[in-house]
Amino acid sequence: MAIKRRDFLKATAATGAVAAAAGFPHIWIKDYGLARAANGEIKVGVLFSLTGTTAIIEESLNKATILAIEEINNAGGINGMKIVPIVEDPASDPATFADKARKLVVSDQCVSVFGSYTSASRKAVLPVFERRNNLYWYPTLYEGRECSKNVIYTGAVPNQQQDEFIPWLFKNFGPKFYLIGSNYIYPREENNYCKKLLAELGGEVVEEEYVPLGHSEFSSVINKIRSTQPNVIFSTVVGDSVVALHRQYRSAGLDPEKMPMASLTTSENEVAAMGGDAAAGHFTSAPYFMVHQSPENEKFVEAYRKRWGADKVTHFVSEPSYFQVYLFKQAVEKLAPSDITPENIREAVKGEEMIAPQGRVRIEPENLHTWLWPKIAVAKSDGQFEVLVESSEWIAPDPYAAYPNQQCTASGLVES
Amino acid sequence: MDIVLQQLITGLGIAAVLLLVALGLAIIYGTMGVINLAHGEFVMLGAYGAWVLNAYFGLGLLASLPLVFLGVAILGWLVEKGVIRHLYERPLDTILATWGIGVMLQQIVRLTAGGELRYVQMPAALGHSTTILGVDVSAYRVFIFLTVVVLFAVTWLLMYRTTLGMKLRAIVQDRSIANCFGINSGRVFGLTFAYGAGLAGLAGALVAPLKSVSPEMGTGYVVDAFFVVVLGGVQSLFGTVGSAFLLGELTGVIAYIRNDTIAKALVLLAIVVLIRFRPQGLFAVRVRS
Repeated sequence: MAIKRRDFLKATAATGAVAAAAGFPHIWIKDYGLARAANGEIKVGVLFSLTGTTAIIEESLNKATILAIEEINNAGGINGMKIVPIVEDPASDPATFADKARKLVVSDQCVSVFGSYTSASRKAVLPVFERRNNLYWYPTLYEGRECSKNVIYTGAVPNQQQDEFIPWLFKNFGPKFYLIGSNYIYPREENNYCKKLLAELGGEVVEEEYVPLGHSEFSSVINKIRSTQPNVIFSTVVGDSVVALHRQYRSAGLDPEKMPMASLTTSENEVAAMGGDAAAGHFTSAPYFMVHQSPENEKFVEAYRKRWGADKVTHFVSEPSYFQVYLFKQAVEKLAPSDITPENIREAVKGEEMIAPQGRVRIEPENLHTWLWPKIAVAKSDGQFEVLVESSEWIAPDPYAAYPNQQCTASGLVES
Repeated sequence: MDIVLQQLITGLGIAAVLLLVALGLAIIYGTMGVINLAHGEFVMLGAYGAWVLNAYFGLGLLASLPLVFLGVAILGWLVEKGVIRHLYERPLDTILATWGIGVMLQQIVRLTAGGELRYVQMPAALGHSTTILGVDVSAYRVFIFLTVVVLFAVTWLLMYRTTLGMKLRAIVQDRSIANCFGINSGRVFGLTFAYGAGLAGLAGALVAPLKSVSPEMGTGYVVDAFFVVVLGGVQSLFGTVGSAFLLGELTGVIAYIRNDTIAKALVLLAIVVLIRFRPQGLFAVRVRS
């Protein structure tokens, strides 16, 4: 069959037109990307890994997010509009995170995306949200040192977990700290801050060391701990390594009463994975623990277990995953349906407050991080924590706490 | 002096785990020439087996060991009969086939047991530290070490002091001649693969109380096991022991002096260099060609 030149040109032109219409919708739809709350629906992305190495924890974040969305919808939605979650599985892979984020923002036209756990995946999606001026809600504790007007950070930054914790450990156990972390950006930044605080107190770092991600053979580390005899083992080890470290610490016969591990990353989730007996006696600092006594938390825990299973635990990353959806709701509520855009939501959420399970939280207008209530707790053998110290004041987020000459402001990073 | 001794003993503990995981792989690779990439998943299944027996049937770790060995061995036998058997003439294709089996096993476990990390209780009597030559070591690590010694002895006896072992060695030397002598090579290979898989399962159950149990846990172990086997030289049981010992001590000492990240890198570098100059492995047996 011969192809006539004219037919070929026609077909090419038609294909081109369709491609242009589909690929570049803003050239033919007026206000593309603005009116995103059509038909009484508000589309949001939910981007947590359901497969791959971090699925273990991200599944629980996905569950907390979905729970909040369902609760809001069941209570009548936002100004009568339903939240429609579009769930994507980025499979614990930063590159897939970026692809899925692009899909949610560009083709699904979500006005916000709730998602991710690791710093690597947050860094991977950041350009997508900055280029499209969209909004990303990030619930995890992290190392700070980021300043983007396209991310709402609802987890703790170093000053919120350490300012009270390190002096408390210093006072109760002594000045010698052994710093052990997984080998990537988060533990290094947290340890920088820890060293700064220790230097102010007159403490001493006997060893600072990093193990590969996923490391599970801690016998040499434990030997070093034995020979350096620190007062506190400050651990920023993450993932399954947390389990291996705790179990091997215990089988080596070390005693938490004399030489406890103090961690920023060991939550109810990790404790469930290692068994309460291996965790008992070690300390964690975080803004939220499942046992926290408040009517809001009681309601959260009950709803979570009713929806996802009576054996499930809530923890200090799943709690922000839950309350950040409510902050989103409060912000959108202030907007007329035609004004619901990522940019307007960001402006509306600045300074917004609510009573979360952990207590009253507030989005700091200057840097879009969150005011939180740090607590210090000790793990018990039943898998739960006992809260020992509750911060008497609301702690402001300071993502550049370790860098006194830098500050994150509404207009970006300022250096003095 | 104390520190040197302590580090040597720690290295022995690391070596014991390495050997435990590598032993099954060494037998399968060394005798059958099958590169079993599903080995890590057999380890993982053993760990899950111990967890299931503990969580649902209340069986302690020690009591569950024989059941785990048997269960994973039967699975290995099925894999050999169902897949590997058809690929004897194409050894390179076993890489792809076993890798696929590994992926499937991982996903099956994820679908049935969920993605959560699990843990296996350490036997109560072993959950403390004990003193050996004035050095504090975990009693459980001593137990692993002794178990490995026993397993190695049993394996050696099987290979060199039984008829099955003799037949296996005959097949390794020349398969067609062995068949001519009436050795049923299919049956021997089936049993060998099952035994290797069972050892992997046993390894998984034994390391479970020290580490975490997850569907992905096998990936790391298969890499370590291949290091040991390749460095030791295939077809050499004592080579496997020697290289496990060497890698364990090397890792322990470097990790103590510097840290685990550097230890991992340097050990890998050492393997690359050694393999460059001794491609047949450190302790290869001389084979008639």
